[in-house]
Amino acid sequence: MKFKSLFEPKTMAVIGVSLNNDRHPANVIYNKTNLRYPVKVFPVNPKGGVLQGERVFRQLSEIPQKIDLAAIAVRAEYVPDILTECIQNGVGGATVISGGFAEIGRKDLQDRMVSIAQEANFPFIGPNCLGIYSPSHVDTFFLPSERMVRPDPGNVALISQSGGILVDQMIKFAEEGVGLSLAVSIGNKALIKELQLLDYLAKDPKTGVIAFYMEGFGKSEGRDFVLAASKCPKPVIVLKAGKSPGGSRAVSSHTASLSGDYAVFSQIFSRYEGVVEAKDEHELLPFCEALSCYQTAIKGRIGIITGSGGHGALAVDACSAQGLSVPTLPEQKQKGIRETLSPSVQPIASFGNPIDLTGSAVDDDFVATAEYLSKTPEVDCLLLLLLPYLPGITSDLGARLSLVYRREGKPLLAYVPHVDKYRMLIEGFELNRVPVSHSIEGAVLMAEAMRRCQSC
Amino acid sequence: MLKKEIKDILLSSKEAGWVLEPEAKRILFLSGIDIPRFTWATNLEEALQFARSTGYPLVAKVVSPKALHKSDIGGVVVGIGSDDQIKKTFHRFSKLEGFVGMLIEQMVSGLELIVGAKMDYQFGPVILLGIGGTAVEIYKDSSLRMAPLKERDVESMVKALKAHQLLEGFRGSAPINLRELTRMLMAFSRLIMQLEDMIESIDLNPVLCSPEKCIVADARIIIKMEEESVTP
Repeated sequence: MKFKSLFEPKTMAVIGVSLNNDRHPANVIYNKTNLRYPVKVFPVNPKGGVLQGERVFRQLSEIPQKIDLAAIAVRAEYVPDILTECIQNGVGGATVISGGFAEIGRKDLQDRMVSIAQEANFPFIGPNCLGIYSPSHVDTFFLPSERMVRPDPGNVALISQSGGILVDQMIKFAEEGVGLSLAVSIGNKALIKELQLLDYLAKDPKTGVIAFYMEGFGKSEGRDFVLAASKCPKPVIVLKAGKSPGGSRAVSSHTASLSGDYAVFSQIFSRYEGVVEAKDEHELLPFCEALSCYQTAIKGRIGIITGSGGHGALAVDACSAQGLSVPTLPEQKQKGIRETLSPSVQPIASFGNPIDLTGSAVDDDFVATAEYLSKTPEVDCLLLLLLPYLPGITSDLGARLSLVYRREGKPLLAYVPHVDKYRMLIEGFELNRVPVSHSIEGAVLMAEAMRRCQSC
Repeated sequence: MLKKEIKDILLSSKEAGWVLEPEAKRILFLSGIDIPRFTWATNLEEALQFARSTGYPLVAKVVSPKALHKSDIGGVVVGIGSDDQIKKTFHRFSKLEGFVGMLIEQMVSGLELIVGAKMDYQFGPVILLGIGGTAVEIYKDSSLRMAPLKERDVESMVKALKAHQLLEGFRGSAPINLRELTRMLMAFSRLIMQLEDMIESIDLNPVLCSPEKCIVADARIIIKMEEESVTP
C-alpha cells in the first residue's frame, strides 16, 4: 500500500460538501485546504451545484484530474459505495472522517469497507477520525483554521487513536516549540493501523521521532507492533491509555492476575531498546522534544548549572526521582571551573554539582561552565537552569550555549520560564536545536528520555 | 512437535478446565523441566510404598478436579515424617470433594519463585518470572517478556525484579543457580510456544531454586475455553 498520496497529495476531492451548511465538516476541510494548502481541491456532492463560485462535482468521474486523496465526510451507510467509486476512478487513497461504524456497533459496515479496500490495495485512514495533518501539504481536520494551533514543521510524527488528544498535543508542541512532520488521527483504525504507519514513517525522511497515543491493540497486534518498533531505526515513543486493571473478569491463575493488560504492555515495551513508553501525558512532550534534538544514549549522569540554589535543589530531586544521578565533581574539576569564572562570581559560587553560579553570574560564566562540563567525563548530559530575570543574563545566552553543544557534542538541556518576554533567549536554543523546557521537571524528563532510549 | 502424551493429557482435562497436578507435572517432565520425584497414589499402600522407597520428609497433596486451590481447603501437607502421618493425611484427603488420589512427593527447598505463562490477547504468549509462594499476589514482584524467550532475556527478567538481590545472593546466602533457571525457562518457553492454542495460562508456583537446581513444586495449567474470549 502506498501512503504518499495520502500525506503528500497534489489533488484532493472533498466528498460530502454541503451547499447550505458552511460548518459541515466537509466544507471546513474544503475551505482550509483550498485557501491555505498547495493542493488542488475539488468539492463533491451528488446534487452538484456551485460552492463559493466553484463547480461542485456530482461524482468523482466528472473531475478532470486524477485524484490523490479523497476526504470522505458523508453518512456512514454511503461510505462503502464511495470507497468503491474512489477505487474505480483511480483515487490514490482516502481518509474517512465520518463516524457511525464499529464505535456504535456497526462493525459490519466497517468490515465491508475493509474488504473493499483490501481487495483493491486501497489505503484509507479512519473511519471516525480527524485524518491527516501534513504540514505544508494537506490538513483534513474538520477544525476551522483559526481555531487550530499549528506547531512548526519539524521531525516528530504523531499518530493518535484519539483526535482530541492529537489536537491537544499539537497545541502543546506549538507552545513548547517542538516541530511536527506529520500528525494522523487514525480513529477506528479499520485498515491502516499503528503498524502500517510505523513502517511508513520509519522510511519517511522528514520524520526523526515517531510518537503514538494508543488505547489498545487488536488480537496479537501488540506483538507485531513492538517487534517492528524494536527494529525501527528511529526512536518510537508510546503513550498508552487504559492503565487500570481491565474489567472484573475472574482470573484463575496468579500469572493472569499479575499480568493485566497494562502490566504486559508496559513491561514488554520497556524490554525493547529504542521503544520508549511515556507513562503519562506530561512525559510525552519532553520525550518527543528531547529525542527530536538528540538521539544520543546517555547513562544519565547529569551536570547541573544554575543561577539559583533552589532551582538546583529541585532539579536534583527531580533527577533522583527518575533514577538519574548528579555526581559530585572531583576537587580538581571544581577548581578548574572556578578558575574560568568572573572574579566577582568565583568566591560565591558553589561547584560540587549542582554548580550554582549565583544571581551575580553573567553570560560568560554560563558559557565557560558549560564548556568545561562538556569536556568532563563524570557527566554525560548538561542541564542548564536559566533565569532570564537575573541582571547579568542577556537574550544572547541561548544561542551562545547552543554553540557549546555544536562544538562539544554533549547533550545540553535547558529550563527557561516560557513567557513572551524571554522569547529570544528561548529561540536562541530552539532554533539551534537545543531543547528548552518550561519546567524543571520537563527538562529532567528530557534527560530521562535519552536514558530510556538506549538504542538512540 | 507437541508430544502425543502431552496433547492427550490436555484434551482429557478440557472438562475440568485445568490439568490435575500429577498430570501437569508429567507434562513438565516430558518437556525437560525438573520436578520432585512423586507418585499419584490412589490407595494408601501405594503412598506407603513410595515413602519406603524414597524416605522422609515428604509432601502430600490432594488430587481432585474440584480442588484448583488446594491450600485453601487444607489439601496440602508438608514435612510428613512418618507412615502414621501418611495414613492420617490419606484418610483426611479421601473425604475431600472430588478425591481421586493423593500426590506424594519429595520435599524440596529453595527460594520460592513463580514462573508463569499467559496467552495475551494483544501480545500473544508471554512469560512471567516473579517472587513466588502463597504470598505471590501480595509481593506482586514479577517481570514479563514475550515468548519465545532468548537466553539473555532471563538475566534481564531477573534484574527487573525488585527483589533480584534475593536471587543473586543476599547477606551471606548463596545465589540461586542462574544457569538452571535459564535452562528451565527456555524449556518452559519452548513448551508454551507449542501449547499456544490449547491453554489460557500456566502457573509454576512455587519453583524452588537453590544454588544447585530449580525444581517445580506445583503446577497449574488452565485450559483454554472453547469460546474465544471477548475482544476488549
